[in-house]
Amino acid sequence: MFRYASARIAQTVVVLLAIAFIGFLLVSNLGDPLASLLPPDATPQDRAALIATLHLDQPVAMRFLTFLKGLLVGDFGISYRSHEPVAALIWERLPATVELAFASLAITLLVGVPLGVYCGIRPRSALAKAVMFVSIAGVTLPTFVVGILLIAVFSVKLGLLPSFGRGQTVDLGFWKTGLLTASGWRALVLPAITLSLFQVTFVIRMIRTQLMEVGHSEFIRFARARGVEARRIWFVHALKNTLLPVITVLALQFGNIIAFSVVTENVFAWPGLGSLFLQSIQTADMPVISVYLIIIGAIFMMLNLLVELSYPLIDQRVLRERA
Amino acid sequence: MLTVNRSIRIGILAAALASPLAAPGASAATFKFASPVDAYTLDPHAVSNTLVFAILGNIYEPLVRRGGDLQLEPALATKWTLVDNSTWRFELRKGVKFQDGGDFTADDVVFSFERAKAGGIKSNLSTLESVKKVDDYTIDIKTRGVDPIVPMEITNWFIMSKAWSEKNGAVQPGSPDNKVETFANRNAMGTGPFKLAGRDPGVKIEFEKNPAWWDKPVGNIDKATFFVIPNPSARVSALVSGEVDMIDTLPPQDTQRIEQTKGLKVLAGPDLRVAFLLADVNRDELLYSDVKGKNPFKDKRVREAMQLAIDLDAIKTKVMRNYSKPLGLAIAPEVNGFDPELGKPVQPDVAKAKALLTEAGYPNGFSVTFDCTNDRFMNDEATCIAISGSLGRIGIKAEPRAQTTSKWAQQINPPGYNTSLTMVGYSPFTYDAHIFLTSLLHSRDAAGRGVFNIGGYSNPKVDELIAQIQSDTNPDSRRQKIREALKIAKDDVALIPIHQLNILWAAKDTVNVVQPADLAYPLRLFSVKQ
Repeated sequence: MFRYASARIAQTVVVLLAIAFIGFLLVSNLGDPLASLLPPDATPQDRAALIATLHLDQPVAMRFLTFLKGLLVGDFGISYRSHEPVAALIWERLPATVELAFASLAITLLVGVPLGVYCGIRPRSALAKAVMFVSIAGVTLPTFVVGILLIAVFSVKLGLLPSFGRGQTVDLGFWKTGLLTASGWRALVLPAITLSLFQVTFVIRMIRTQLMEVGHSEFIRFARARGVEARRIWFVHALKNTLLPVITVLALQFGNIIAFSVVTENVFAWPGLGSLFLQSIQTADMPVISVYLIIIGAIFMMLNLLVELSYPLIDQRVLRERA
Repeated sequence: MLTVNRSIRIGILAAALASPLAAPGASAATFKFASPVDAYTLDPHAVSNTLVFAILGNIYEPLVRRGGDLQLEPALATKWTLVDNSTWRFELRKGVKFQDGGDFTADDVVFSFERAKAGGIKSNLSTLESVKKVDDYTIDIKTRGVDPIVPMEITNWFIMSKAWSEKNGAVQPGSPDNKVETFANRNAMGTGPFKLAGRDPGVKIEFEKNPAWWDKPVGNIDKATFFVIPNPSARVSALVSGEVDMIDTLPPQDTQRIEQTKGLKVLAGPDLRVAFLLADVNRDELLYSDVKGKNPFKDKRVREAMQLAIDLDAIKTKVMRNYSKPLGLAIAPEVNGFDPELGKPVQPDVAKAKALLTEAGYPNGFSVTFDCTNDRFMNDEATCIAISGSLGRIGIKAEPRAQTTSKWAQQINPPGYNTSLTMVGYSPFTYDAHIFLTSLLHSRDAAGRGVFNIGGYSNPKVDELIAQIQSDTNPDSRRQKIREALKIAKDDVALIPIHQLNILWAAKDTVNVVQPADLAYPLRLFSVKQ
């Protein structure tokens, strides 16, 4: 177990380093931060001075090392755009994204799992067919279209829900939450639905397929032959065997939710990491972009690592194969 | 039973959700507006950026401010006179209080000058040598050589409180390599008509009326909130749904929809920025062209042919939906020194253009890469494509290469100037033609003149006139010389003017705003009908 775990962790660290390097390289080719920092008619002297203070005159490898050294001691650098520490900027935006991600995860679970189970057990019922039909829309419609449609209906036409922002937030000192005010909850509805739509349909379709497959497997048929109650067969035996892969995939989907939120956040002017990322790209704010990419990479890697580390608990055979 | 219960609950919920939107502001006039980008910082001396100035102009004040029509007005200074050739004397307003209650004196002006000189706006003040305190309410500004337009150059130089800055460790202006965040990045405290009531970077900025302001506001705004909504359709939705009273940068394709919506209006006004083309007239061979061994743009006939081929009116009606003004100069009519006669747009003449091109030795035209931005101003990429189509009529294949501003700037900016043909937008920060002539039409030199002269145009006569304009303190003869320099450059086809841009806002009918051409938001002049 220890060997298995340490090998996984070492792999994760290597991949994180690679992500950091690729992120840094991409970003160093993104454009000229001087364009947004200096007025167009700045003198060559001003320009040279700023290039020197930003270390833009050093070779890429040197800049990467400096950057990495900073990362290790928790110094993420200073944003070119707002002149504020990157760590503070990211920390300030993180709560918005995390709350949005959890809200859409909750919707995914509360809506996706029951509907998926229903469609798996009664695939031929009218409701199941309707759900499957509608879910095609969820899979195919791009997020920004869904968001704009929801805004058009619920904000513009009906005037029920706000079309942008996060409402009133309450600062708890370390975490700025929108979950303690009515306007915060109202603001959360549309973005959370937008972000969860793809995940919901994804989960419905996956559970349905899994259940239908398990339903045909021998142990279910055997249970049926023994006269076990149908309810018990589905909810105890079949569902248990279906949920394991669903949970694994959901954990990874959570990473996706955070990464996909760039589009949703843009449409709803949701002040999270995704909005920060887009604003930073527009102004070639390299330090923020690199750190964002690394953080998203780290979230994915961490979720992946957790899933991998939990495999031996589910199935001891993975350990034996490595030994 | 269950269904009934549920539908009642939903009904109550819907009512509860709907009410805050429906309830109008009871007594205090509140104003909410949205823009696609946030001010980078609240530090008035950290960066020279129009949006930062637009926001901070409500909280901080300069010595000399601009009205809605950009005319100079006394603000923290009541009077200014030229004492000798290199000294301007400013008399300061007495009895002005900072928003924290502190008195405004000459010490604050001297302090703000030193601070600004250490920050990103220093190039805006490059001709100012020093600021000296004469007494508590008088200062002398020493200039490097003669500078007749000092009052125009200082309208975005905001005065901070020395005591407040020292108390909060904000003596140094913000800079990109700051390892310690300066207090003034997130806080603002000036003498202006509004106080900073809240700031959430990238989300919103809240303003609250300063009751102790020395001047009377024209409008009736008590509270204002500035929201950042980057997505254009989300911005329009926020206005249509009534969540904001005004939006900046309305997408031109939505203008019709806004006009047809009851209770909403489109507000279009002139922008100081003018778009124009610059061709490389300096290199012996173009970087991005199929002509080898020579540079076609060095031939004036080629440049003239290009100008005659471009149909500015078609661009205005087809691309800009009438939200632009074709021009014959690269400075806007609002800029000091603009000449209406020279400013008339050149009428297209394709036959003459073809003849000129043939005469220059390019009967079949040539191809060249045309560098453009795609996120800088309204329909910039579409304008480039239209220009490319126009040039195609005379055989010049200008292939548009549209990039984001940061990418584009990296390529075309000094010291590389790596472009053969590009469209740029420019507005002079002094609102005066001299800085335009100096940075765009003066020969590039070591002193930094001609730094934004991307094409490398050089004419000694223009250079000499620019030097004379610099030191001419007589407004009339100065204007005459500006006209002369502009005329020479126009006859040389040093650049090809396209159009003056429009500021495009949309607002509720109940809102009354002014739209200064420098993209400012002077909330003191805004009002909302109750």
